[in-house]
Amino acid sequence: MKKRKERIDRGIKVRSSDIFALLSWREMLYLAAPRVLPVVACMALPILLDPYWQKVLLSVAVVALLAISWDIIAQTGMVSLGQALFFGVGAYCSGVMNHYWGLSPMLSIPIASVMGGLICTVILLPVLRLRGIYFSMVTLIIPLILVRIVEATKIFGGTEGLSGMTPLPSKWVELYLIVIVLLCALFGFRRMMNSDYGLVLKGINDNDRSVINAGINIYWFKAQSLFIAGVIGAFCGAFMTHVYMFVGMPVFALDYSILPIAAAVVGGPGTLAGATFGAFILVPLSEVLRGFGGLRIVFYGAFLVIFIVALPEGIFHYIQRKYHQFERWAEVAE
Amino acid sequence: MGENYFMLIGTSLYALINTAILALMAIGFNLTFGISGVANFAYGAFYVLAAYGLWGMLNLLHFPYPVAVALAVIANVLLGALIYRFVLLRVRGQALSEVIATFGIGLAILELFSYFGWVGFEYTLPVFLDKSFIIAGTYVDFQRLAILGFSAVLIMALWWFTHHTAIGLAFRGIAQDERTALTFGIDSDWIAMLSVSFGAGIAALAALFIIPLGSIAPGEGYDVLIKALAVCIIGGLGSTGGVIVASFIVGFAERFTDTYIGSHWTMIVSLAAILLVLVIKPSGLFGKQKELEERI
Amino acid sequence: MTTAPILSVSHLSKNFGGVLALNRVSFDLMPGELLGVIGPNGSGKTTLVNLITRFVKPSSGEVFFKGTKISNLPPYKIVRMGIARTFQMVKPFYQLPAYKNMIVPLYSPRMKMLAGGSYGDRDAVALDLLEEVGFERDARVAYKVAGSLPQGYLKRLELAKAIAMQPDLYILDELFSGLSLAEVAGIVPIIEKIRLTGKSIIMIEHRLKELFRIADRVIVMNYGEKIADGPAEEVMEDEAVKSAYLGTENE
Repeated sequence: MKKRKERIDRGIKVRSSDIFALLSWREMLYLAAPRVLPVVACMALPILLDPYWQKVLLSVAVVALLAISWDIIAQTGMVSLGQALFFGVGAYCSGVMNHYWGLSPMLSIPIASVMGGLICTVILLPVLRLRGIYFSMVTLIIPLILVRIVEATKIFGGTEGLSGMTPLPSKWVELYLIVIVLLCALFGFRRMMNSDYGLVLKGINDNDRSVINAGINIYWFKAQSLFIAGVIGAFCGAFMTHVYMFVGMPVFALDYSILPIAAAVVGGPGTLAGATFGAFILVPLSEVLRGFGGLRIVFYGAFLVIFIVALPEGIFHYIQRKYHQFERWAEVAE
Repeated sequence: MGENYFMLIGTSLYALINTAILALMAIGFNLTFGISGVANFAYGAFYVLAAYGLWGMLNLLHFPYPVAVALAVIANVLLGALIYRFVLLRVRGQALSEVIATFGIGLAILELFSYFGWVGFEYTLPVFLDKSFIIAGTYVDFQRLAILGFSAVLIMALWWFTHHTAIGLAFRGIAQDERTALTFGIDSDWIAMLSVSFGAGIAALAALFIIPLGSIAPGEGYDVLIKALAVCIIGGLGSTGGVIVASFIVGFAERFTDTYIGSHWTMIVSLAAILLVLVIKPSGLFGKQKELEERI
Repeated sequence: MTTAPILSVSHLSKNFGGVLALNRVSFDLMPGELLGVIGPNGSGKTTLVNLITRFVKPSSGEVFFKGTKISNLPPYKIVRMGIARTFQMVKPFYQLPAYKNMIVPLYSPRMKMLAGGSYGDRDAVALDLLEEVGFERDARVAYKVAGSLPQGYLKRLELAKAIAMQPDLYILDELFSGLSLAEVAGIVPIIEKIRLTGKSIIMIEHRLKELFRIADRVIVMNYGEKIADGPAEEVMEDEAVKSAYLGTENE
């Protein structure tokens, strides 16, 4: 008797897929849990954690946002190897505005986000027409070159960077600002990517000549996607400038490029939730591994390769699948 | 007057050598991409790996020089093949995964070396011949001349290989149209694996010639990758002619900037060159990217 | 009173680095006409379409649509002006259901240009359009994943995507290829319906019998050149056409 594995939706999923889910607490819980739990958890964490882990939470949120930013443009077909570009440009924009013109962070952070997004989009505009690989190449080397330029021309503080930035009003503002932005970005952009607009973006990745054939200017849409990702990344950079009260060459560090990709790949590319999930796993993990020093990046690299080859769907998809479906052996009809 | 003349000649000479260095760095990367269509972002890692391997064999295992060189090149070639077989093969065709996978590998290797901390003046490879010559009034050491000579030879050898041998023509075949090549009985996976190995092997040779000018450092891996990418962007991915021309442009621009303006500005010149190319002709000077035309 | 042609192709040529795929092809298309384009494989039919819609840049020659020169416009602008083409190799978004495949065309800015702005609920419109091309509504075929549908449905999906754009000119590239006689018989009425609304259609085909039943005029291509132009019966009697298809005695 031959058997095969089959996957079936769980009973509770089927029952709760209609309006009658309102009649049952269990079913409503089933639906609400994946959405409400993370929100509640994220809002509660800043209060529950001790100061050291609060700092970690900041990093988690930033990496998660960068990973979301990466995933948005990845879904549009552009693989960025340089999230640090967005991060760094945003960081410098805010830092410069605060240092030289005394703008308060409440102003400089939003302005820097938008400006950063614009600058990065304009820089990358020429490569949008080319094969994706050019995009990856250019995003990889531009941050690295920018570092060397800052070092050489000593612009904006050069190697020492700019310090003495105005901090945010309080630790709680820091924490809750980034957590709320993360949650809004996660749910908001998830909604966007599932909408018709998001479908067009994904269509550009899948079959761009089909999208052109619909009279849509794919380069304009790619630019929009890039701008959105740029704004998110620049926000992270601007935010961190005021947390550390410092901006300098390290903002273009490879870390900021790689960790988001690793988070998205491990968590599950193609869904923003996966990217966030990956960040929540990787960043604490890297804190634990802090004792290993530079070896951390080796782990990220290894993680990247293993996951992209062996488990390309990512952990989040796996969990999602388990939540909604179960497997069993079924007989194969002879 | 005479002094300026010598400075000009000297700068030009060193610019030429710089060109050769850049070309040597970029060719392996360009070859792999132009042929197997995979941008091997682990290229810098291969370069450094070969360097450390060679160093280890010479200084720790005390192998004779020719043996160590041969082993280093072979090891790189094998490593390239292994990486293709176990990693790239599985993600072939998915551009996202290919880039990330090779990038991850390169990263892991380079940061591993960083972690081991094998940096310092003792980590260097021996020059071929400890002699200098005076050419047109400037001192040029033998190593640099060797680089110049080897680059030229390598490029000519590659040209001959891809135009006059069966395997070489097969390489070009799968670069142009994989399906048609398959119908000719050319195993595209095998050829792609060979091209990744070739690229790795060339990286080893490049390391062999260039490292003696300085010392080995994991950071070199990133620099090599940056330079190779910069040259390929300017010259156009997949075009060997483009690599050569771009190497000349960047090589001379860097050198002359260094001599006449200031060494800190060389990177800016490179960036400016890249941005200029991107604005005027994004696919590179000799780039064969034709946007949609290729894909319809 | 003579009406102006809706499409005017003038000495269009394309040189692919040594291979002259299209050689000074010219023709006019009148509004409401159904023009067939036939010819042996490799004669340049698809290249012609690619040049008209500018997915490929012409080497020389011009194309005028409704009096405006389009041969120097990017493809998406040409589509917005009112030309919809289907592709020979149908490549839908395989993982998506059929009706979701229609979302992208329905998102086109052309919808805003035509009176009435956007469609509103694109899902509903998609389902309606698919029903019109023969996706049985009660069998819920439109909800099936595109990768699981047979070629007949995929071709109709492609046609539906073109219809969704409400173009003035349809260019259908080998719509009938790969279909059974029954499937072709199913699609022809849809094309007739389009004709009744006064739209112009260019059809590239290999299946001559089915094409001749509906075409007003036929152009024959061979080796990148136009060798005949006229009503179907006339064209098939032409000596040049016969030798192109069947070969001459010496071959």
